Amino acid sequence: MNRENVGGIFLIAKKSLAQHRLSTVITVLSVALAAGLVMAVFSIRDQTYDAFTGGPAGFDAVLGARGSQLQLVLNTVFHLETSPGNIPWEMYEAIKENPNVELAVPYAVGDNYRGYRIVGTERSLFTDLEYRKGRKLTLAEGELFNPEKREAVVGSYVADKTGLKAGSKFNPFHGLVFDERQKHAEEYTVTGVLEPTNSPSDRVIWIPIDEFYRISGHVLRGGGGTYEPRAGEEIPDRYKEVSAVMLKLRNPQAGFLLDQTINRQGTAATLAWPIGRVMAELFGKIGWVNNVLSLVAYLVVLVAAGSILASIYNTMNERRREFAILRALGARRGTVFAAIILESASIAAIGAALGYAVYALILAGAAVVIRAETGVVLDVLKPGPALLAAPLAMIALGILAGVIPALKAYSTDVASNLAPLS
Amino acid sequence: MRILEIENLKKSYTTPDGEILTVIDVPGFALESGEQIALSGESGSGKTTFLNLVAGILRPDGGRIFLGGEDVTALSEAARDRLRADKIGYIFQTFNLLQGYTALENVLLGMMFGKGADKGFALGLLERVGLGDRAGYKPSQLSVGQQQRVALARALANRPALVLADEPTGNLDPGTAGKAVSLIKEMCAESGAALLLVSHDDKVLGNFGGVKDLGEINRAPRGGIEK
Repeated sequence: MNRENVGGIFLIAKKSLAQHRLSTVITVLSVALAAGLVMAVFSIRDQTYDAFTGGPAGFDAVLGARGSQLQLVLNTVFHLETSPGNIPWEMYEAIKENPNVELAVPYAVGDNYRGYRIVGTERSLFTDLEYRKGRKLTLAEGELFNPEKREAVVGSYVADKTGLKAGSKFNPFHGLVFDERQKHAEEYTVTGVLEPTNSPSDRVIWIPIDEFYRISGHVLRGGGGTYEPRAGEEIPDRYKEVSAVMLKLRNPQAGFLLDQTINRQGTAATLAWPIGRVMAELFGKIGWVNNVLSLVAYLVVLVAAGSILASIYNTMNERRREFAILRALGARRGTVFAAIILESASIAAIGAALGYAVYALILAGAAVVIRAETGVVLDVLKPGPALLAAPLAMIALGILAGVIPALKAYSTDVASNLAPLS
Repeated sequence: MRILEIENLKKSYTTPDGEILTVIDVPGFALESGEQIALSGESGSGKTTFLNLVAGILRPDGGRIFLGGEDVTALSEAARDRLRADKIGYIFQTFNLLQGYTALENVLLGMMFGKGADKGFALGLLERVGLGDRAGYKPSQLSVGQQQRVALARALANRPALVLADEPTGNLDPGTAGKAVSLIKEMCAESGAALLLVSHDDKVLGNFGGVKDLGEINRAPRGGIEK
């Protein structure tokens, strides 16, 4: 096929798309919707999977009350579930001294501020933990809390949504669900706001763990009996208890050892390790949801391919004369066939390109919801296989959809579709 | 030199009743390079079928057609398409311009399947037929006479050796028809193309020195075939 013939093919396809403008636009939009939907479904699936199984908090394991590892992880890493219970402070002290443990950070949960969790912890969370390789939680403004004062460090998302900033004061509310009637009397002062981490930590208010214990109504049962701390009073370690201890291990073997001693031989606590595996099990259980979404996306793609076929095929009868004229001018059957294939491929390609805009819109919307609910941040610009595969597949389907009308054009009889014979 | 030579050309159709009707049975016909011949014939005499056979659009049941010495009947369909694009210009009764295309694009498209698009030459042809200022117009924006002139420019776009004209004035009023035939003859002469024009209009035929009656060269029985 020479260059001039290719020029003819492009001209024929371009003219047809322009002549059937309305159906072209509608079909392109349906393809864009389909391509964007597929890209969004797979991108959201991949990104949420990576976010939930990739250890966004920078910890390797969680030590908590005997029970469900999944509940433990969801409660402490993603700040989503209720706490499965508490473990005594001495267990924290013991695991902290374990040679297999590089870093142990205690968490105490149970209060909120306007629905955002308040977590009692120690300054080592900010000074020692790398939540991502080479990155620590850093302050965008202000300073860290004083462990002996009613002070707080606020996650970036909380600061955005509540308006809290360095110097702001607030009162915690009891429980993990916001209820105006459950307001605590203690007033806390925000000393700093963290830089965004694009992780669930952004949705948390961090306060000193001892000041968490001293909030009115908090009763400690770490020592077997009950103890209600009071302001300014030293709390004996034997009464303290924590919701969980976040662990950074020295090496993977340490995880096996701790798993053996805590989960298999012990009965007092649960070690959720590795966090990614625990979350992957959750995704395994709800994998059917993804399958259903994928199926719907595939069906939408098929419908879009069908719409390409229908939109071009419907013009075939009115275009028989055009094909006959082109053939009479010297166009080969292959030229006419190629022009129709190019037409369908163009619709698919333009649609697929616009699909990126649809994808961006869907992902941006989904990102807002997912961030608000889980703290996990989706990145519209994050490359993924679906962003390449879906448009290419759409174009391939577009080409396939063009084959039937192209064959019809290919087989157009020239003489009978020109002027009537005399 | 002969540009067209026909030997024992035959073409038949099978009717819906299964009857075989012979439409073309031409023992011999020839056209010299640059020659201009008009074929007269009544409706149903097989004029269009004859031209379609010469153009390679239809394949004959028997006989041979030599175009510039090349046996058209021995060529594959693709080769006949190529030959038609390169060597034949075709003017239809209804002009058969592509409606979504401008006058210039109609001329250029024919060139793209032949010797290659040459915008300057295409514009020159449109200028020559008096439509230099209408190159960007679509057929629906042109008068019937103007459309006919675009069809003429398109037919000559590939510098063909032979121009076939099938009742080219059938849709024109008598005044315009005379001018159109003169223009076709003039431009074919200028380009050196031979012209084979079929018509049943005596006024048109009167413009030609050489007029042949298709009824005489075609021995097929008159079946009044309309296809």
